[in-house]
Amino acid sequence: MALHKPYADIPGTIIFDAEMARIGYHLNQFCMSLMQEANRQRFRADERGYLDEWPMTEPQKAAVLARDYNRMMALGGNVYFLAKIFSTDGLSFQHAAATMTGMTQQEYAQMMLDGGRSPAGNRSTQENSNG
Amino acid sequence: MARVTAGVSTSHVPAIGAAIDNGKTRDPYWQPLFAGYEFSRRWIKQEQPDVVFLVYNDHASAFSLDLVPTFAIGCGEQFASADEGWGARPVPPVRGHPELAAHIAQSVIQDDFDLTVVNRMDVDHGLTVPMSLLFGQPRAWPCRVIPFAVNVVLYPPPSGRRCYLLGQAIRRAIDSFDDDLNVQVWGTGGMSHQLQGPRAGLINQDFDRDFLERIVTAPDELSRMPHIDYVREAGSEGIELVMWLIMRGALNDKVTQKHRFYHVPASNTAVGHLILENR
Repeated sequence: MALHKPYADIPGTIIFDAEMARIGYHLNQFCMSLMQEANRQRFRADERGYLDEWPMTEPQKAAVLARDYNRMMALGGNVYFLAKIFSTDGLSFQHAAATMTGMTQQEYAQMMLDGGRSPAGNRSTQENSNG
Repeated sequence: MARVTAGVSTSHVPAIGAAIDNGKTRDPYWQPLFAGYEFSRRWIKQEQPDVVFLVYNDHASAFSLDLVPTFAIGCGEQFASADEGWGARPVPPVRGHPELAAHIAQSVIQDDFDLTVVNRMDVDHGLTVPMSLLFGQPRAWPCRVIPFAVNVVLYPPPSGRRCYLLGQAIRRAIDSFDDDLNVQVWGTGGMSHQLQGPRAGLINQDFDRDFLERIVTAPDELSRMPHIDYVREAGSEGIELVMWLIMRGALNDKVTQKHRFYHVPASNTAVGHLILENR
C-alpha cells in the first residue's frame, strides 16, 4: 500500500522524503564533496569532467550545469546539499531562492522586506482552485 | 546537582553569521535584528551557564546521506566549525562536556529515546550562529556545549510530540547528574521559512506569533500539532520549529518569559527568539 503523503498538494514545494532521497543520493553526495576546497577548485576548473566522476543521471548532471535548482530538486536534490553548489559559486541562499521563484534577486529581496510570500493561496492546490 | 535554569530559543539563519563575521551588524538591514538580541547578551552575562545543551539541526554538513540519525548527541571533547562550502566560520572550537553528555545518553536511551552517540563531528551554522548571537565574538566560548543534532532535513523528522517528551527525558537526565552545574537548554531553527521551489520566501507571521505564545503558555497542546501543519503553514523549512519543543520539554510547566523578539526578514527567514527561566 502506498504511503499517505498529505504534503503532495502543497504548491511549489517538493518535500525531501525518503523516496526523493533515494532518487537523489548521488546528486546530493556530489554536493557534499564540494565542502572541500580542493574539490571546489577541481569542479570550477572542469564542471562536466568532475560530474562525470559521479554515478548521477544525465538529467541530474544537466540540471547542475544549468544551475536549475528547481530541476535538481525534482530529481532528488535537497536544498541544504545543493547549497554547496551555490556556495562554491560564491552566491547566497537568497540568490538561489530567487532563481527558484522566477524573480530577480532584487524583486525577491523586496518581497522579503515587505514581509515575505503570504501563505494565503499557497497552502494547497485545493485552496488555489477554490480561489 | 546539575540544574536546568533557563531555556533559549532562536533562529539560526546562516546570513546572520555572515553579518557578524563580516562586521555588518550595524548596517541598516541588520541593525533591527541585532537590537533584538541586546537584552540577551546582557542577560547571559548575568546568568552565565556552565553548560549549554544546544538543540540544532545539521544542514548536510556533518551528516551526508550516508548516515542520517534522527537524534544525535555530541559526546566528544571538542567540535570544529564546519566548512559548508564557503570556508569554515571564524569562530572558536566548541568545547563539549563528555561526562554530562555520556550521562544524558545513558539516561535518555534507558528512558526509551534511542539516541545516536557521536564523538567526532563538525558543527555548522545551526549551532554556531546562536552561539554568536548570545556570546558575540569571544576568543573562546565562555561555556561548554553539548551539541544535540535533530534530523529535520530528510522527511519525516521526529514529531513535535516526540521532541517535547524527549525534552522531558533530557531534563530528568540533567537533574540526576551529581556535579553542581548551571545548565541551559537551547532550541534553535525556524521560524517560518521556505528555501525551495516556487513557494520559496513563504513567511507566516500569524503562525509564528501564535507559536511564540503557545510554546510559553500551552506547550503540551502545541506539541500535538502534526507535521503537515508546520509544512503547509510555516514552509518546508519551518518544520525546524519542532526543535524548540525539546527545549520547552526540558523546562518546568510554568516558566517566566524574560524576553521575546520577532523580526522579518533575515534573508529568507522569519526570526524568533525567546528567553524562558524556570520558576
